Amino acid sequence: MAAFANTLGSPSVEGGDSAAGEHDVARAHRPLPVWRIVAWVVLAYICIQAILIVARNPNFGWDVVGEYLFHPNILQGLTVTLGLSVVAMFLGVLFGLLVAVMRMSPDRLLSGFAAGFLWFFRGVPLLVQLIFWYNMSTLFPEFQIAVPFGGPVLAAWETNTIISPLTAAIFGLALHEAAYMAEIIRGGLLSVDRGQVEASQAFGMSRGRALRRIILPQAMRSIVPPTGNQFISMVKATSLVSVIAMSDLLYSVQAIYNRNFEVISLLLVAVTWYLLIVSLLNVGQGFIERHYGRSERGPVGGKADAEEAAQ
Amino acid sequence: MMMQTVQSPVVRILDVHKSFGSNEVLKGIDIEVTAGEVVTILGPSGSGKSTLLRCINMLEEIDSGAVFVDGEQMGFDLRDGRLHRLPDSVVRRQRRKIGMVFQHFALYPHMTALENVLEAPVGIHGRNRKEAREEALALLARIGLADKANFYPRQLSGGQQQRVAIARALAIRPRLILFDEPTSALDPELVGEVLETMRGLADEGLTMIVVTHEISFAREAADRVIFMDGGVVVEEGPPDRVLNDPRNPRTRQFLNRVI
Repeated sequence: MAAFANTLGSPSVEGGDSAAGEHDVARAHRPLPVWRIVAWVVLAYICIQAILIVARNPNFGWDVVGEYLFHPNILQGLTVTLGLSVVAMFLGVLFGLLVAVMRMSPDRLLSGFAAGFLWFFRGVPLLVQLIFWYNMSTLFPEFQIAVPFGGPVLAAWETNTIISPLTAAIFGLALHEAAYMAEIIRGGLLSVDRGQVEASQAFGMSRGRALRRIILPQAMRSIVPPTGNQFISMVKATSLVSVIAMSDLLYSVQAIYNRNFEVISLLLVAVTWYLLIVSLLNVGQGFIERHYGRSERGPVGGKADAEEAAQ
Repeated sequence: MMMQTVQSPVVRILDVHKSFGSNEVLKGIDIEVTAGEVVTILGPSGSGKSTLLRCINMLEEIDSGAVFVDGEQMGFDLRDGRLHRLPDSVVRRQRRKIGMVFQHFALYPHMTALENVLEAPVGIHGRNRKEAREEALALLARIGLADKANFYPRQLSGGQQQRVAIARALAIRPRLILFDEPTSALDPELVGEVLETMRGLADEGLTMIVVTHEISFAREAADRVIFMDGGVVVEEGPPDRVLNDPRNPRTRQFLNRVI
């Protein structure tokens, strides 16, 4: 390496100046980016004007927005929206992983079942699924656990005691999410090199361990970005549960503007919270992506090691 | 050189047949490898040599015949005169005695060199992490990569990656290591360092089966050369004899082309 550098680069290193002299591209003159500056000025002007117009318009009722932003009912609705999103997303990812693995199984029955699940839960609109879950008691008034093939009943509940608006909302959102997540996770698993599966097999690793230690961590790089999308969709999809009388953020907002008719201001309250949640999710997604992309960047040792690695 | 007192066969391959669809790749292979022996399998592409190697640790399932490693039949068990297929958990245990080095390294890209070497001994063989770590660092030092322990595979050259892959295979204290064209994916100037490492292992008395195109490795490090063509063993014997004085016309033709 050193010898190579000497034969090629010695005159320039000793002279302190490039052998290319005045042609050295490092000293090239950079032209003023006129059009970029113009574009910047125009865009900045438009943005500032837009903000001023909205802020100064009394019809938006910003004072009302400020009044209701931390209203107890709003915060209550916010917790429901957040809690429902997190729980439904968690169950959706978990169940989606299961369906994805089933879908990739060589066993026809397992993969067929998974395909049927996807077909149904992706095909039926979420709103309809929520209403179905909510009205489960009209379809199946009683829920029982019994020994198969006509055996004795071990336990029985009235469906209405199990299916509350909350459980209906969780079931509906989670199963719908699971169907979408299954395809995202399957895509991620397929993106991992076949040789990785073989290497783990050759060393006698169990399938579960290979999935957990070898395949999933590599698949995560392509699973995380669309999952971020799904999470954001989920936060907004929870607003659908207002139809089954769950008091989420949007429902609480509606309840208030039905009384005081400040529709726009209260919707702005909801928008503010939704945007805030989504911003936080974006930050979280960035952290997760950096975590799974660490093998693309420097070694654990730091910058000095990285330079050594580059040689 | 380690002395082998008992010359028991580590690998016994008996009349193995394997087809992919209508294409018969292995047409009745019989090979025995004794402990400490270094066997090199040569042959043109498509001769079935890689498939044979993958049949030994059951990455490919054979259609007929039998494979024994360390006296145990791979994947099957003879009880009361009937041959039973072994459950996956037992097959995994059988595979744990066999190390493997792949053509395209197949290092785990999300783990550092050290984590790659540690994964099997700690995670699969359940060895004490602290001891295994010291052993892994010693292995990395032995292949000359002690300073690269915390590097990810992507930050290493091809030759360095393949040497880490060899350390990974050694870390399970294998009875046998299978090498599947370990230098075929490397730039020519990186082949030497990998062959050097492999020659070191051969000298230490490790049992190795090496599928390769490197005639020089076969000549210098192998105890026996097996030449395969068209799914059968065409010729076998000590490297001097097979490489300098091939008796089969197909061996002669192949050697003329590659040397």
